[in-house]
Amino acid sequence: MLKYISRRLSYTFLVLTLISLVVFLIFALLPADPAALTCGKSCNPQVIEANRRRLGLDVSVWQQWWRFIVGLFQGRTYGEAEALIECPAPAFGYSFNRHECVTKIIAGAFPITLSLALGAFVMWLTIGVTLGVLAARFKGKFVDRASTVFVLIGTSLPTFISGILILLFVVIKFNLVNPLELGDWANPFTDPIGWLKAFFFPCLTLALAYAASYTRFTRSNVLETSSEDYIRTARAKGLSEKVVLRKHTLRAALAPIVTIAGLDFAALLGGAIITEGIYNLAGLGRLSIRAVLVDYDLPIILATTLFAATFVVVMNLIVDILYALIDPRVRVG
Amino acid sequence: MKPFLEVKDLSVAFPTPDGLVKAADGISFELNQGETLAIVGESGSGKSVTNLAIMGLHNRAKTQISGSVNINLPDRSIDVISSTEDEVRKLRGSAISMIFQDPMSSLHPYYSVGDQISEAWRIYNKGSKSDGIKRATEMIDLVGIPDAAKRVREFPHQFSGGMRQRVMIAMALVNNPKLIIADEPTTALDVTVQSQIIQLLRDMQKEFNMAILLVTHDLGVVAEVADRVCVMYAGKIVEQAKVDEIYYRPAQPYTVGLLQSIPRVDQLQGKRLNAIQGQPPSLINLPKGCSFAERCEFKKHVAGNLCTEVAPALEEKADQHFARCHLSAAQIQDLAMAAK
Repeated sequence: MLKYISRRLSYTFLVLTLISLVVFLIFALLPADPAALTCGKSCNPQVIEANRRRLGLDVSVWQQWWRFIVGLFQGRTYGEAEALIECPAPAFGYSFNRHECVTKIIAGAFPITLSLALGAFVMWLTIGVTLGVLAARFKGKFVDRASTVFVLIGTSLPTFISGILILLFVVIKFNLVNPLELGDWANPFTDPIGWLKAFFFPCLTLALAYAASYTRFTRSNVLETSSEDYIRTARAKGLSEKVVLRKHTLRAALAPIVTIAGLDFAALLGGAIITEGIYNLAGLGRLSIRAVLVDYDLPIILATTLFAATFVVVMNLIVDILYALIDPRVRVG
Repeated sequence: MKPFLEVKDLSVAFPTPDGLVKAADGISFELNQGETLAIVGESGSGKSVTNLAIMGLHNRAKTQISGSVNINLPDRSIDVISSTEDEVRKLRGSAISMIFQDPMSSLHPYYSVGDQISEAWRIYNKGSKSDGIKRATEMIDLVGIPDAAKRVREFPHQFSGGMRQRVMIAMALVNNPKLIIADEPTTALDVTVQSQIIQLLRDMQKEFNMAILLVTHDLGVVAEVADRVCVMYAGKIVEQAKVDEIYYRPAQPYTVGLLQSIPRVDQLQGKRLNAIQGQPPSLINLPKGCSFAERCEFKKHVAGNLCTEVAPALEEKADQHFARCHLSAAQIQDLAMAAK
């Protein structure tokens, strides 16, 4: 098991290094010149060149990449003398648009995205798995039919519709949360009520679509597993239906859910653009979409891309380790 | 003394959109302690359906079951069909155990074999998990798996097919059942492994004086281990007799056809293998007369259209030898000899 994990860890580092390299190369190929973008109104070639040097863009892509990697571990400085800017490690770059170190910008946005993703994750897993198991257990009965309706609504309503509906007809209509407070960051440990006020409905919006597809997935998995030979064996042993379901069916039926849940969660950690937009949350999604569409802020795009990729890769690793713990067949292979 | 298992007029039917599938119809047989009864028949003849009914494993909401299946324990007698689900559940794994066809898929892939055997033991015995594992180790050793102390912690995928079937047997035997139902226990295995598994079952039967209900379509296995044989066709028992009677004096044309379709090393060299022509009838629309009439080669020897009009009853053709046919046992044997 330890050997398996260390092997997987080394792969993970390799993949992350490659991703950072690819992202760098893509940005080197982009038609936009980041130095020119930082230039402002009274622009001339000298200013552009000076900025290029300050940004560290005057060297080759490979060198830029190497400086970036070194900066991650050692921190970085931009410019010199009185215009010296220092970004402590881990430095993801410096945004000349916002005049802030990217690490600091991300550190501000990430808790919001994490709150949203984690809250939604817990909600959709709870709703989806519970409803799916119930629907399978009472196949053809009322619960099953009701869950089918839920799945249909959940999967066919896009987040930007369901989000606005919830905002208008639940949040504002019943005056549950002051809409102006919706995007306010509150520390969940010191101010749990404030955190709930800010994040409950965004999480619910995001969770709805996922919960629907997880309900369907869980239901079909449980039903499929129920017809396995080893479930018949479990009954033939004399186990009660409850134990058969809990110990034998669910263990096998829920294992694949670990995989997709991990990957869905990882994807969300990169930012949920639409939900963050509807509820005015200053998370990673909104940060990167602004950087792409409005500011052309390359250091931020680079950092958020790498950040999102890192989550996917690391979650993959975690999922694989979890899966090996759940399914003994994976361990030996 | 009453026989351990008494099946009387057992019928199992599944309602489907196309009509009622009569998978087993009027099945009756008895099985004594220490005896082996083989149920033989082709796929869809109702063998497994009968077994699952004895185990009470049919979904009652989706199945129509009638008749009775009495399990006569020393202290009490239980009818599987009319008892509550919970009463029947308590028989499973304790008084009756089952071994399934495919050991590859019948063991849970996520639990070690020790856990699975220990789980079966702990349903009926008070003991800690480590007691269960100890008991599992004993059982694994008993069924002839070497290095039991180490193997008990391994998972099903680490065992070969034959070894997995041994694990299944160990699990079935862990609570000293009175009856083992073996549903085609060797079908998925190599021939050499088959004989080992059959030998193991016989050894265990001797050691624990169990009854075995063996379902198979391998007539070679039947000849080797069975005391009595039931031949099933289209959901009905068409012949029931002692094993020698079946092989030497078959009294039903379907049985004759089955026996003639076995390849034999001492005969038939260069000849085509005999096969029974045609297909079994649909279990939704059974013919009015004999279910086998359409495929029967001896039909022409019966006067008029008796075969297609009147279903023959299960009659005692000789001592303890029952068969469904309008012809007498002697007539069939003559025709069988002539057909060779």
